[in-house]
Amino acid sequence: MTTLSQPEPVSPSVTTLTKAVSARGIGAQLRHIRYVLADNPVTAGSFILFVIFLLAALIGPSLVPYDPLASNTASALRPPSAQHWFGTDQLGRDIFSRVVVATRLDMIIAIASVLLVFVLGGLAGIAAGFYGGWTDRIVGRISDTIMAFPLFVLAMGIVAALGNTVTNIVIATAIINFPLYARLARSEANIRREAGYVHAARLSGNSDPRILFRFILPNIMPLMMVQISLTMGYAILNAAGLSFIGLGVRPPTPEWGIMVAEGAAFIVSGEWWIAFFPGVTLMLAVFCFNLLGDGLRDIVDPLRRT
Amino acid sequence: MTAQPLLDVRDLTVEFATRRGTVRAIEHIDISLAKGETLGIVGESGSGKSVTSYAVMRILDRAGSIAEGSIVYSGIDVSAASDRELRDLRGREMAMIFQNPRAALNPIRPVGRQIEDVLLEHVQTTRAEAKQKAIEALEQVRIARPEERYHAYPFEMSGGMCQRVVIALALACRPQLLIADEPTTGLDVTTQKAVMDLVTELTRARGMSTILITHDLGLAATYCDRVVVMEKGKVVETALSKDIFARPEHPYTRKLMRATPRPGAALRDLLPLELAAAAPTPPPQAPPGETLLRVEQLVKEYPRQESGSLWPKFLGGKAKEPPVPFRAVDSIGFEVRRGETVGLVGESGCGKSTTSMMVMRLIDPTSGKITFAGEDISAIPARDFAVHPMRRRIQLVFQDPTDSLNPRFTAARAIADPILRSGQSLNDAAIRARCEELAGLVGLPLEFLDRLPHQLSGGQKARVGIARALALNPDLVILDEPTAALDVSVQAVVLNLLQDLKVRLGMSYLFVSHDLHVVRLLCDRVIVMRSGRIVEEGTSEQVLEAPKADYTRELLEAIPHPPV
Amino acid sequence: MLRTIGKRIATAIPSLIGVIVVTFLLTRVLPGDTASFFAGPAATPQAIEEVRKQLGLDRSQPEQFVSYVSHLVRGDLGTSLTTGRPVVTELATRLPASAELTLLGLFIALLIAVPLGIIAAVRQGSWIDHLCRIVATAGVSLPVFFTGLVFVYVFYFILGISPAPLGRLDVFASPPPDITGFYLIDALIARDFETFRAALAQITLPAVTLAVFSLAPIARITRASMLAVLSSEFIRTARASGLKPSTVVMTYAFRNAMLPVITTLGMVFSFLLGANVLVEKVFAWPGIGSYAVEALIASDFAPVQGFVLTMAVLYVLINLGIDLLYGIIDPRVKVEA
Repeated sequence: MTTLSQPEPVSPSVTTLTKAVSARGIGAQLRHIRYVLADNPVTAGSFILFVIFLLAALIGPSLVPYDPLASNTASALRPPSAQHWFGTDQLGRDIFSRVVVATRLDMIIAIASVLLVFVLGGLAGIAAGFYGGWTDRIVGRISDTIMAFPLFVLAMGIVAALGNTVTNIVIATAIINFPLYARLARSEANIRREAGYVHAARLSGNSDPRILFRFILPNIMPLMMVQISLTMGYAILNAAGLSFIGLGVRPPTPEWGIMVAEGAAFIVSGEWWIAFFPGVTLMLAVFCFNLLGDGLRDIVDPLRRT
Repeated sequence: MTAQPLLDVRDLTVEFATRRGTVRAIEHIDISLAKGETLGIVGESGSGKSVTSYAVMRILDRAGSIAEGSIVYSGIDVSAASDRELRDLRGREMAMIFQNPRAALNPIRPVGRQIEDVLLEHVQTTRAEAKQKAIEALEQVRIARPEERYHAYPFEMSGGMCQRVVIALALACRPQLLIADEPTTGLDVTTQKAVMDLVTELTRARGMSTILITHDLGLAATYCDRVVVMEKGKVVETALSKDIFARPEHPYTRKLMRATPRPGAALRDLLPLELAAAAPTPPPQAPPGETLLRVEQLVKEYPRQESGSLWPKFLGGKAKEPPVPFRAVDSIGFEVRRGETVGLVGESGCGKSTTSMMVMRLIDPTSGKITFAGEDISAIPARDFAVHPMRRRIQLVFQDPTDSLNPRFTAARAIADPILRSGQSLNDAAIRARCEELAGLVGLPLEFLDRLPHQLSGGQKARVGIARALALNPDLVILDEPTAALDVSVQAVVLNLLQDLKVRLGMSYLFVSHDLHVVRLLCDRVIVMRSGRIVEEGTSEQVLEAPKADYTRELLEAIPHPPV
Repeated sequence: MLRTIGKRIATAIPSLIGVIVVTFLLTRVLPGDTASFFAGPAATPQAIEEVRKQLGLDRSQPEQFVSYVSHLVRGDLGTSLTTGRPVVTELATRLPASAELTLLGLFIALLIAVPLGIIAAVRQGSWIDHLCRIVATAGVSLPVFFTGLVFVYVFYFILGISPAPLGRLDVFASPPPDITGFYLIDALIARDFETFRAALAQITLPAVTLAVFSLAPIARITRASMLAVLSSEFIRTARASGLKPSTVVMTYAFRNAMLPVITTLGMVFSFLLGANVLVEKVFAWPGIGSYAVEALIASDFAPVQGFVLTMAVLYVLINLGIDLLYGIIDPRVKVEA
């Protein structure tokens, strides 16, 4: 705690030694990953799906056949056809193009919010678990207060109060996930604080910050990665839910949640495709991240398999 | 031995389906048990002794199955019995008690009810009488105030008391066969004696047969008529207890027997013959030098968990007295001189570990003084001690070698860690050379230096831990039950290694242990602790041969005395 | 026992304080003009000034907090701009609709998920186990508003076996006499089976939608904790004592396995109360969720704030109930507390 201000230089010997370690570690890890993927085709499938979503987010907007915003009342409310794979909406916009283009925005919201909470929640939790005392009490109190709300309702309240923007959706999603990350990191750090190797590190003359970053953090990382994958799905769902009730993203911006909301009015009259395709895509994206998270969990933590 | 054995295991093979294919846990085992006989099954971890007992009860995991052979219990083929037949056998004919008694009981059901469940299942009683019978069962295992304990939950009882309840549960339906699977592992030695005496008495009185499964050859030989020795899934020897120490036949038995610490055996005697012959004769120990460590009036208090709520303050207004803190260590004092090994002995909760943590400067004492090499190190807060120059001079060998190694560091990286932190400016080659030197010192083959902990065996991990402790040439090494997690044959080797290293490097040891046999082998002086206080102190011979304190005598008597 | 309960209730107090502080912070301290927020988008400058006075925004923040709390204590959550009625009255009249829907959804979910999880764990590796794993993963991936729409399309538009998704009763039916506020129960009390049938037809789809959503976490945790308990040592003891499988599974394993499930119920309720908002919008359900959504669209801030606060207070109370339930089942918590 006292020496946090002066980071210790990493001597060359450490790097070479750890390089040898991680090379071996990565080799074994890769073998294990291959083993898990072969053993579990579902995880492999979800990985392929993940790559597809990634590609759609990166290069999708330049590949789509139609301008996602161009309305064409002449061809409004057309069911799926060879021309319009997913049909057209009430303004004649091509739903396929809109669904593909929306990937980027939905992914950005999810990734940004998860990274934000990963850094904030993770660090707060590790500090709380390792140092205990006041740090722990403050982090715990913040988590408890957030957890005292139904999370989606809190997100609604935050976006409503902060203003109806995409940035605020990201912030709200990060806030409601904070307790999850803080608690996981806290409990893992807390267990490891009493681990023999942490005592041993202290006996070897490692300072507290060094123990935290070189001994505890690397051992917690795998679990945190699993958490990231699992929360990604939840973050996407949450963002789509908010825009479904008219918060955050505004029309005509293509976004899955808002597209489902627009299509909802047409369901009762039988124009199912307007809501269906963005909804299915949204579902697949969440499904993909959840499966990936489960798969990752099997890789890093076989004991917690469910 | 009668013609018709009560239990007859023939040619038994048990297989486990694992991710890497089928693994044979035990192969072609033959065991027979006469009526009224007590049989010990002894082996180190992985020998298949527990699997054998689970197979007899047919309570193997889902993955395990009996591949070959037969298990016949008084004429009934257990290996082919139906689930219904098995249920009638279990509990009524054969019963089992387990290691870790607290976990063996349903945590949220009163213990009396758990005994009732078994009684009612086997129609030993009516619902009306069940409670009375359960209380009787508790009474028989010498549980005081059985009517009250009937309503108790396992978490409200001590480990020894839980084991009594487990025994009551097992014996409730008066079975013919009792299988005890490491029943006293994890219990203190006095509790172990009480539990084992109780089991022996009850089973004798009822003419029952008993199988005692243990890693402790001494315990088996003390309490059993016959001993079966298992190694790697096979039975290597079956002998009468009185012969097993005198005339072990199989090389493995001999090794195991030699490795078991026992009265009259010196440190070298524990090693297998070939190793003992190769080992250098221990160099004569230099007489202890000046005082290295002095502990005076050392106290550690922990606040008691506050039990009162806020409400009385609001409602009644009478503020309660602040709770009296719990004294884990109660003003103790002792010395360790240069070149000396001092044993700190006691049962769990006696304060020996807390004492060692304070001397290690991992925790701060409440009061008292720790002087090391003339400097008052208790004045330095534990927090700052990690980066204090004094740090390198006091090191620790941990109880659990697995837990004490960072899973992400190779053996070399673990050993190098203190050197890297010590502020010496050494290049990679020099550090590597030092690691190899240390590995050589502790007998760790160099090719293991680049392995991660999970790729090392328990003994190898212990060596890595020792090498790390020695890396900075400490003056004092605290050994915190360094062999408690190891098999007895590995323990023998590690203890010898520790002794040789001490003499060679001129260190002092503070040896924390619950095992008096082991303490005797290594220590020059012994300190016996109980409830935070020192009850006896003296040279090893004095304390162990002619103890003055009643408690020391009690401890010594509780150690199993195999017929040597 | 009373003391334990008292202690549990005391633990809910910090949560309630936290909830009140956060809702205060959300509306008063964050950037943006609170007065114009509350006055609504169409307000004149005079109206905004009026609101500023009324809310006490011209005073210091501690003073504002005191007045905020005193308003809360008096049950004053402000007035809705769009309907002109007090927010408390509106929430109170709409709460039973939301509660009925949420509780029925949870009930259906428990009815399916708990047995599914148990059977999956007992018959590990069987088809029912695989089904459970699929349900557990797929269930949490379903956007609840999307599932609702699919149900509407299939059961209303294609099959025609469900009524139009427009509220608790169709326009021609009259609600049963108000006793509990739950139409299903009130109709039964009044022995009005026609209304009961009509109300049931309306509530089935939204309740099933919620159930499908909350099934997954319950099934998952039931299976996982059941598996953990079944491999624990006291189950081995029970088996070794020859207890019959039904006793082992129900008396020994199930009760222990329920403990984590009860803990998870808190999380499930958090999801449910959120999902409730979305489902109410899809099915035009006249609950507090759709009230809040309508207010959000109209930039009518008082109802939104009142809604968030009500939901949070309810949720704190639910968690308190769960804690108390846990304490009844697990004897160990009494000493820890």
